[in-house]
Amino acid sequence: MSQSIIDEITKDQLKDDRSDFKVGDGVRVHLKVKEGDKTRIQVFPGIVIARKGSGIGESFTVRRIASGVGVEKVFPVHSPAIEKVEIDRESITMRARMYYMRDRIGKAANQVKEKRLFERRS
Amino acid sequence: MNIALLGKKIGMSQVFDEDNRLVPVTVIEAGPCPVVQIKSADTDGYDAIQLGYGAQKAHRLSKAELGHVNKAKVEPVSNLQEFRTSGDTELNVGDVLTVDRFEAGQKIDIIGTSKGRGFQGVVKRYGFAGGPASHGSMFHRRGGSYGMCQWPGHVIKGKKMPGHMGDVQRTVQNLEVVKVIADKNLILIKGSVPGSKGGLVTVRTAVKQKRAHA
Repeated sequence: MSQSIIDEITKDQLKDDRSDFKVGDGVRVHLKVKEGDKTRIQVFPGIVIARKGSGIGESFTVRRIASGVGVEKVFPVHSPAIEKVEIDRESITMRARMYYMRDRIGKAANQVKEKRLFERRS
Repeated sequence: MNIALLGKKIGMSQVFDEDNRLVPVTVIEAGPCPVVQIKSADTDGYDAIQLGYGAQKAHRLSKAELGHVNKAKVEPVSNLQEFRTSGDTELNVGDVLTVDRFEAGQKIDIIGTSKGRGFQGVVKRYGFAGGPASHGSMFHRRGGSYGMCQWPGHVIKGKKMPGHMGDVQRTVQNLEVVKVIADKNLILIKGSVPGSKGGLVTVRTAVKQKRAHA
């Protein structure tokens, strides 16, 4: 009863175009950044290593290696500051949360098992 | 004008504000509260208004309570609460107060009953450090010394000791109203509020306002 009230008042803030990306996907998060009175788009590329929560509180974590240092950013899934989430590549994951990516260094840090979206021609 | 409403805590959630930040909010269903009685200094010795809240079946009220609400010509209510006023009020008996008397951005106070924790030790109840856990300590979660010896010969009053924790009235001051949804009688308040879901809370305009800097 009480949860249904909360669902109803947060319903209009949920974005319906945020359901397509999942853990393991390589994404480019287009973020609206406000500078003074201007807004510009900042892109944060990386791998989605976690997606958790539900409803308005749902969040996802994007990890990338920026100049040799691992960087993670947690975004609210339904944030109005996110312009769009582009999917670069999909992958096959055996885990719900890819926290093991944090232990990887070098070339392996960006490698995920890619899902073959089409059959390779021999 | 200072007003107060009775309500029910629905639960917590989050909303995005205009700067796209996620704000934690508590959802409270407040009102509608009918004015059941107006007390005045002449007849009662003090000035107050009595508000009702919550629908109740008529047969669950005692005859005295039923007569009281019938006199005010309001529907039977489950809760009655008085709020002091400063004398003349523009409200009349039978008027119904709703959340649209509050507006977003306003500061309010919330009065509620905190969650009961039962009988608790001093570590949980007062945040005492306790003793070492190991190395044969034998002094784990105790509160230390209770005081001196033959003088003063008794434990000083107010000494923090184990006992019942929670389930007491608590007031949180100067919380911000994030949003008012008048058609559903809901009010969204930034931050947390004492009590469990479904608990009775009082929403009133803040009594201590922060002074504006000159």
